[in-house]
Amino acid sequence: MLKPHDLYSFVVSRQLSSVKGLIILFFLLLIVPSAGWSKEAIPVAEDPEVEKRMLALTMDLRCLVCQNESIADSRADFSNDIRREIREQIKANRTDQEIVQFLVERYGDFVLYNPPMKPTTIFLWFGPILLFIIGFGSLIVYLRRRREQIEEVSLSEAQLKKAEVLLNENKGKKV
Amino acid sequence: MTRYLIPLFAFIVLAAFLLVGLTLNPRQVPSPLIDKPAPVFLLNHLHEPDKVMASGDNLGKVWLLNVWASWCVACRDEHPLLVQLANSGIVPIYGLNYKDERTTAVQWLKRYGDPYTISIVDLDGKVGIDYGVYGVPETYVIDKKGIIRHKQIGPVTVDSLQKTIIPLLIELQKEA
Repeated sequence: MLKPHDLYSFVVSRQLSSVKGLIILFFLLLIVPSAGWSKEAIPVAEDPEVEKRMLALTMDLRCLVCQNESIADSRADFSNDIRREIREQIKANRTDQEIVQFLVERYGDFVLYNPPMKPTTIFLWFGPILLFIIGFGSLIVYLRRRREQIEEVSLSEAQLKKAEVLLNENKGKKV
Repeated sequence: MTRYLIPLFAFIVLAAFLLVGLTLNPRQVPSPLIDKPAPVFLLNHLHEPDKVMASGDNLGKVWLLNVWASWCVACRDEHPLLVQLANSGIVPIYGLNYKDERTTAVQWLKRYGDPYTISIVDLDGKVGIDYGVYGVPETYVIDKKGIIRHKQIGPVTVDSLQKTIIPLLIELQKEA
């Protein structure tokens, strides 16, 4: 392991000028803490498999206290409890479906970020498409009507000739 | 004329939706437990820790289950109302002391009054999860058959008592 003392003797041994040596020493010292003092991360749970499943599950569950956070992200007490509950249920060999069912029975569909298709959620699922169809439909109707409103103007012989003259007028000239 | 009426109509519809949205409280998540049997529990009393109460003990009467804690600030707001309600004798109130410390909870009741027929202790919040508790205080109205008929999320207010809870209690007490 590199120690500050080794760095210093390295700088001195090169017989660098004192100011230059100090500058190099300063920058070398910056590297030392990261190498010497970093620790191994403490494992979050005894069983990483359980933790992995728990995280995957809670990612799609809403924390009811801080409603825009998932239970996986939230530090609220409520989420801590739910995470503990899920860990216990995983250890008791319950399937993911059973665990989600358990939570829905208690907190309702609102805990799910991915709501099920039900009579009450039909508008949630198809509302946007419905609004799109209405909007797109009225755009088409509007454009058709507008086209009908613009009358085709037919030009008389005299007008056509006049236009041709006007167009030819500038021919050959620099535009 | 319709040229102007259609956008105006669309605007009014949108404004109405947004206006209703303003009055809704996103924190009030409807409980799926309404009209379902109250989850079963077997919990120790707060005052006499060696006694236990089971959820089934109250079959045959209409009762309130009030979830509270001494660390819960909003519980202090509703507490005088609960004391009044208990004194009126309309309904027995049972307190579920949620994730609290026994000594502080007992002191808290001494200080603010004790409206509870029996206080029970849910130390680790397990029963809380069964009841779908996510914010204290919460109050459940449970009927004679042990079915949850109403859930008040957040503190009980004069308004919620007069308009919802008390009329419901009177109606439920008439049921066989």
